[in-house]
Amino acid sequence: MFPASFDYAKATSVADAISILSSVDDAKLLAGGHSLLPLMKLRLASPGMIVDIGSLTDLSYIEDKGDYVAVGALTRHHDVQNSRLLKSVVPILPYVASRVGDPAVRHRGTIGGSISHGDGASDLPAAVLALDAKFVLMGPKGERVVPASEFFVGFLETVLSSDELLTEIRVPKFSGGWSFQKFNRRAQDWAIVGVAAVNNGHTRISLVNMGPTPLRATAVEAALADGASIEVASGRASDGLDPPSDLNASSEYRRHLAEVLVKRALAEALR
Amino acid sequence: MTILETGSSERVTGKRLLRREDPELLTGEAKFVDDIVQQNALYMAILRSPMAHARIVAVDTAIAKRMPDVFAVMTGEELKSDWFAPMPCAWPVTGEMKNPPHYPVAADVVKYVGDAVAVVLASNKVAAIDALAAIDVKYEALPVIVALEDALADKELVHPELGTNTSYVWKLEPDKSKVDQAFASAAHVVKSRFVQQRLLPSAMEPRGVLVVPQPYGSEYTIYSSTQIPHILKIMLSLTVGVSEAKLRVIAPAVGGGFGSKLNVYSEEVLALTLARKFHRPVRWTEERSEGALATIHGRGQIQEIELAAEADGRLMAVKVNLIADMGGYLQLLTPGVPLLGGFLYHGLYDVPAYSFTCTGVFTNKTPTDAYRGAGRPEATFAIERSMDSLARKVGIDPAEIRRRNFIPPEKFPYSSAPGLVFDSGNYLPNLEQGLEKVGYAQIRAEQQIRRSRGSKKHLGVGLSCYVEMCGLAPSKVLGSLSYSAGGWESATIRILPTSKVQVVTGTAPHGQGHETSWSMIVADRLGISPEDIEVLHSDTAIAPYGLDTYGSRSLAVGGSAVYLATDKVLEKAKLIAAHHLEVAAEDLSYKDGSFAVKGSPDKAMALSSVAFEAFTAHNLPEGLEPNLEATVTWDPPNFTFPFGTHIAVVEVDEETGATELLRYVSIDDVGNQINPMIVEGQIEGGIAQGVAQALFEEAIYDGSGNLLNTTFLEYLVPSASEFPSFELGNTVTPSPTNPLGVKGVGEAGCIASPPAVINAIVDALSVFGIEHIEMPASPEKVWSAISFSRGNSR
Repeated sequence: MFPASFDYAKATSVADAISILSSVDDAKLLAGGHSLLPLMKLRLASPGMIVDIGSLTDLSYIEDKGDYVAVGALTRHHDVQNSRLLKSVVPILPYVASRVGDPAVRHRGTIGGSISHGDGASDLPAAVLALDAKFVLMGPKGERVVPASEFFVGFLETVLSSDELLTEIRVPKFSGGWSFQKFNRRAQDWAIVGVAAVNNGHTRISLVNMGPTPLRATAVEAALADGASIEVASGRASDGLDPPSDLNASSEYRRHLAEVLVKRALAEALR
Repeated sequence: MTILETGSSERVTGKRLLRREDPELLTGEAKFVDDIVQQNALYMAILRSPMAHARIVAVDTAIAKRMPDVFAVMTGEELKSDWFAPMPCAWPVTGEMKNPPHYPVAADVVKYVGDAVAVVLASNKVAAIDALAAIDVKYEALPVIVALEDALADKELVHPELGTNTSYVWKLEPDKSKVDQAFASAAHVVKSRFVQQRLLPSAMEPRGVLVVPQPYGSEYTIYSSTQIPHILKIMLSLTVGVSEAKLRVIAPAVGGGFGSKLNVYSEEVLALTLARKFHRPVRWTEERSEGALATIHGRGQIQEIELAAEADGRLMAVKVNLIADMGGYLQLLTPGVPLLGGFLYHGLYDVPAYSFTCTGVFTNKTPTDAYRGAGRPEATFAIERSMDSLARKVGIDPAEIRRRNFIPPEKFPYSSAPGLVFDSGNYLPNLEQGLEKVGYAQIRAEQQIRRSRGSKKHLGVGLSCYVEMCGLAPSKVLGSLSYSAGGWESATIRILPTSKVQVVTGTAPHGQGHETSWSMIVADRLGISPEDIEVLHSDTAIAPYGLDTYGSRSLAVGGSAVYLATDKVLEKAKLIAAHHLEVAAEDLSYKDGSFAVKGSPDKAMALSSVAFEAFTAHNLPEGLEPNLEATVTWDPPNFTFPFGTHIAVVEVDEETGATELLRYVSIDDVGNQINPMIVEGQIEGGIAQGVAQALFEEAIYDGSGNLLNTTFLEYLVPSASEFPSFELGNTVTPSPTNPLGVKGVGEAGCIASPPAVINAIVDALSVFGIEHIEMPASPEKVWSAISFSRGNSR
């Protein structure tokens, strides 16, 4: 598998990356490469230029900011998985990171790359959605902060504009019950369906691979808020959703799995 | 049969010696075809049809030809005059078998997605691949046949000129009236239909070929990622029209094959043809998704099997009807593969009446051919699944139905109804050992407890008792099956003047560890260290005679040849030693690298001295040729018949349909073991590959003949994470067929495991009245079956 030919630039700073992005029409950022490179090798993506931000190590950090944790966009999944700070104040996030791909993937892939790619089948975007995280986006006009609930727009599409770069993920500290249920056939695969649930007085649930973007299970959340039982609420897991059909699972089976997994997630998170 | 005779006081065989092949494999030093540096080579890339069946209306290569670094672009039409003969099929299973001519690049009509339509040569690989995108082909779609039943119906034809989609009908029915009588008088008849899904062999190293014209004369060296350098040399000569004497085939490090490299491929023929045409080295390395289309597929059968049994479950007859998917064309052994199982649908059970029919049909899909087990996994699946159904019908435990039907030990050698002679076997103790190891009674008890508690996680246990025929093969038998080659194997041993030893084998290892095992066999016999022994192979200039590696044959046939050649060279050495010691040869004994006079051990001559004397030839017995070298070509008198019991324990989640393999126990009887670690490695890999068929893998075609899963994202080859640690055991019943008492182990795990897993799943789901789940038993399939059984509207 060989990608089509492309130009390559190595960014020396965030500002440098943004300036290159602003000056080239079809540039793509390369961080860990675990989303972009497979697409390029399959020739499903053929960017004219690759802007390599892999050496911007100042974007790799996990810092306590009082009521939230700031995670640099270039932080590898492996580092998220093993962060003592995250394990103590947002334990679901390291757990979800531990379920991404395999060790090789987790040592290369970055949290910012996974979120920017905006794949509805990825685990971390759904996790940060359930956590109500905020994203810091840097562009030529400075920075803006976007909540996760407004970030994911469509299939592999986010509010990031072509000259913007995600630099930081702000994850609220979270001490309540939580659960992450990932159903797949091989350990390293994407989820056929995944469910992230956090409960802190009120319950937020997000779904993996039940639509074009990571999704909140709003019907379940509403039912719970109205006092429904777990059994009844989880029956609404796929309300209003149109999950994909592929070789791994039909849409109908995904609906069923979502109910089962939401039920299991709630049983664990609300324990 | 005694275990092999040894000339060593400390036996090497039977030890878990580390494989000498591994350091260079593990450090990346091993050289595969694509690693070979070759100056001035042209890189070949192949444009493949996206249509399953279509007429090629026009191919426009003008733009591609003008692209940078492109040397040549050729269509099938333009190459027509370069072909010498169609691609070879070496197994015309019947006289009437239909085998339409197949050329490396299609000129008029493509028959499957992946069929070649044009070829590019360029000075680098990327340029060659980029040029493919610039070739414009106009196709006119033709009717596509995907399903085997549709093929059989002959409404649309893959090859209209044949008038039918049936390539052949092959029957093995020694006594029809006996079968009919059995079914007429049977107390129980069990009839089942099973689908053997198509599989992608998925060797770790993709295929590759490099053809180098030699600077002097018109000779060619062909490096290929192949299991069969010797057969390839002959077939390339016949197909390309180059004298066999001018071809040298080398299989360098080869990263697995599983049967998929037991073939002669159009890329090999094409690379040689183009190297000859342009007098330039030509090389090609397959891409992974390309391989999904261009490398043969395994399995692809619909099986109908009927058992007739007495009231107590004792078998009276087995009747089998297969439809086998040939794909678009016949590859090297395509038609014969299902027949390799055709003798084994009665398993290891004593069955007096037998009938087997196989109909091979063409479809618009990639050709099928040998894949690990080749016919025998399919046979084992059908009989072992059916035995469970029979047990249920009779109302006895699956273990008991097997006990009642095993060929009893006193019946060996056993003449089977289909016409084989099982040389040895002792099945009952093997089964009992498996049942004890897994704790069968306790598992059944726990299963009941879970059921009575209404657990949604259902426990299931599945048995698979298997026997295979391997050690391919007695040449006469292969002849009687219309196979175009013999089954012998050749070995040469040289004891060099410096007393180091070279062993030349005709086998072609591609992961099996022959260098280690063969050196152990010779070390034992000569009483020297394995480190003093080099094993040479896989180069037709170094090992001119051989029939290569497939069908679990290499140890039983090739290892035996090595053993016999060692004996032969020792006989010669003994004559020289006797000459120097001035005694009769029969007065000498040999041990630990030295000949000694019986009764006076001080009077001795070391093998190293003998070797030097043989080299200088200063003082040899009258008439004896110099040097210590011997060659043996051994043709086995029979197949070998490994057997065993595999037991899977699964947990099926009723809510999701997911199956977890909790435990896997196997008790294999592969006869004497040369290196038990290599044996275990083969069994473990085989089990994993068979479980992959049962739970994960399937080449999925849509109705238009498109293969939908050409990447490992969608074609689910499992990893170690998906398996528990296998619990292995063995019994040892040496084969009397060869001097080593060995049987072969390469395919055993893959043959045994699919029915063990499916039997376990069906056992778990029996509470829902479910009687079968087709492979692969995906979570959705299981969930659907449970939903259906509950009458849920689906």
